[in-house]
Amino acid sequence: MPLPEGLYGLMAEFDSPSELVRAAKAARTAGYRRLDCYTPYPVEEAAEAIGFHRDEVSLVTLVGGLLGLAAMFGLETWIAVWAFPLNIAGRPYFSWPAFVVPAYEWTILWAGLSACFGMLALNGLPKPYHPVFNAPNFRDGATTNKFFLCLESTDPKFDAAETRGFLEAQSPVSVVEVEY
Amino acid sequence: MATKDAPVNNPMVDPVTGEYRVIAPGHTFKSVTEKVSRIVLTSHTPLGWWFGFMVAGSVVGLLMVCVTWLFVRGVGIWAITIPVAWGFAIVEFVWWIGIGHAGTLISAILLLFKQGWRNSINRFAEAMTIFAVMCAAMFPVLHLGRPWLGYWLFPYPNSMNYWPQFRSPLMWDVFAVSTYATISVVFWYMGMIPDLATLRDRSQSKLGQFVYGLLSVGWRGSVRHWVRYETASILLAGLATPLVLSVHSVISLDFSVALMPGWHTTIFPPYFVAGAIYSGFAMVLTLAIPIRKFYHLEDLITIRHLDNCNKVMLATGLIVAYGYSTEVFMSWYSASHWEYFMMWNRMFGPMGWSYWTLITCNIALPQLLWSRKLRKSVAFTFIMSLIINTGMYFERFVIVVTSLTRDYLPSSWGTYRATRWDYGTFLGTLGFFTFCFFLFIRFLPMIPMSELRLMLPQAKVRERAEPLPEAGD
Repeated sequence: MPLPEGLYGLMAEFDSPSELVRAAKAARTAGYRRLDCYTPYPVEEAAEAIGFHRDEVSLVTLVGGLLGLAAMFGLETWIAVWAFPLNIAGRPYFSWPAFVVPAYEWTILWAGLSACFGMLALNGLPKPYHPVFNAPNFRDGATTNKFFLCLESTDPKFDAAETRGFLEAQSPVSVVEVEY
Repeated sequence: MATKDAPVNNPMVDPVTGEYRVIAPGHTFKSVTEKVSRIVLTSHTPLGWWFGFMVAGSVVGLLMVCVTWLFVRGVGIWAITIPVAWGFAIVEFVWWIGIGHAGTLISAILLLFKQGWRNSINRFAEAMTIFAVMCAAMFPVLHLGRPWLGYWLFPYPNSMNYWPQFRSPLMWDVFAVSTYATISVVFWYMGMIPDLATLRDRSQSKLGQFVYGLLSVGWRGSVRHWVRYETASILLAGLATPLVLSVHSVISLDFSVALMPGWHTTIFPPYFVAGAIYSGFAMVLTLAIPIRKFYHLEDLITIRHLDNCNKVMLATGLIVAYGYSTEVFMSWYSASHWEYFMMWNRMFGPMGWSYWTLITCNIALPQLLWSRKLRKSVAFTFIMSLIINTGMYFERFVIVVTSLTRDYLPSSWGTYRATRWDYGTFLGTLGFFTFCFFLFIRFLPMIPMSELRLMLPQAKVRERAEPLPEAGD
């Protein structure tokens, strides 16, 4: 795939989360749909403002946990009943109460790994390169104390001059172009 | 957890609620970030750090010597005998695992209960968990006799056509502890990703930018990412909570499934878990107090934290005390000759001194924590944390050694006296733990910056424009 060139979007910088949320709401109301906010800590209101309500991490975790449970309980049963049956104090081969503990641990293990790696995968990480890092002021503040709203050029409503005008009306600290 | 008796003119006290603040007033997004990241990003390593690192490193050397000699000569260099077949190895295994539990408790259970004060101390409590689990895991493996065959514990297809036996708590332990170690590392690392991104962006050196860039997997703080990240954090916390309770319960089953007097009791799982949290909080304080002093973090790890940790210790200490008294009561109420003798032997037998040390350190002295004044005294808290850690060590010693040395048949009674290699290995793991901790505080953010930002008053989103909250820097 050829690397895309040109303008990725326009990035407005804000000093406070409240200003960011107000601008994001305004952008959404104005009809922008391909947009994202970048914040140094989780700002739930900003996610709401850009229309991002639900995520699939819980589902991934549930599936992972159930798989872990089935994997360990199945393995224990197979070993104890078929592969290596041992008579332990006359207990039945399928002595399932004793199998609960490792199965429980693996439920948690697989669910936990699914939660973490599922979250990363859904986020498209690891992704060392991303156009937003090209914005000159981004790395200075995005992970410290600044709040960014980026309207992306793939949005049908995006127009370099008009969008810039819209962002400047939201009283940001600055508006910069983000190149690919 | 309110603390409502502080003087009103103290800047550390919130005038509205009358509580000690979790973070000192006047901090901004930038100031907390700088305060924490400077410790890591400075090119000037403090001399004190080098000194501590060297001391801990030489103790790791001692561990290496002990382990090498163990491999050369076998487990006979330890004092393990019949009847005390595990000795220090299991005492220290249980002690270290227990210490780890407070890290998970702080990071998971307090997150679920929305205890904001945990945010300053959760990262290094989690690091403490990981290093403690590493120390703990050494003991059963070293005790195997042929530690290079440790992988036989895991079920895998092999040419011996042999499979492990899942009806034994020792097998459950393998899965409980390995899951615990894995989930602790995952939780710790995932929590660190946004902070590693901060370090990547603030680092001045090429190497730092590269390494932190690699570790932060390209985190850019998109709110979509944050939403998923928050969900994953809550889920991991929800998973780690039953996990931590199960780990020490399973460890206690190693004992209570055996028919030994003093072990064969149903009180063990809850009382082991409470003891684990008790010793873990003590270790958190043992570490936090020197660190906040040395790195001037009194603004971020405040008296409120110490006070709250002290309260948790007081509460879990009382649960542990309840466990001890139940043991005494049951040994009488069971009307079992063997149980009765076991308790008498614990208290007044040849190792009675260890029982009374345990009672003094774990039950008698911690009652001083009822005093508000003492709970807020930094020096007192530090000393108390050391006392409790000692007490919890003796708890495991008493359980393991006094029960085993004198069981049913007087003809099979024995005694136990640890050798210098036992002490050397234990000291060595203490050094290893400290050594890892020194590396951690130098190279990784020991306080979660993103969570601290969330705690600041200016982090709240206000609906209407005027008056604008104070700007972010």
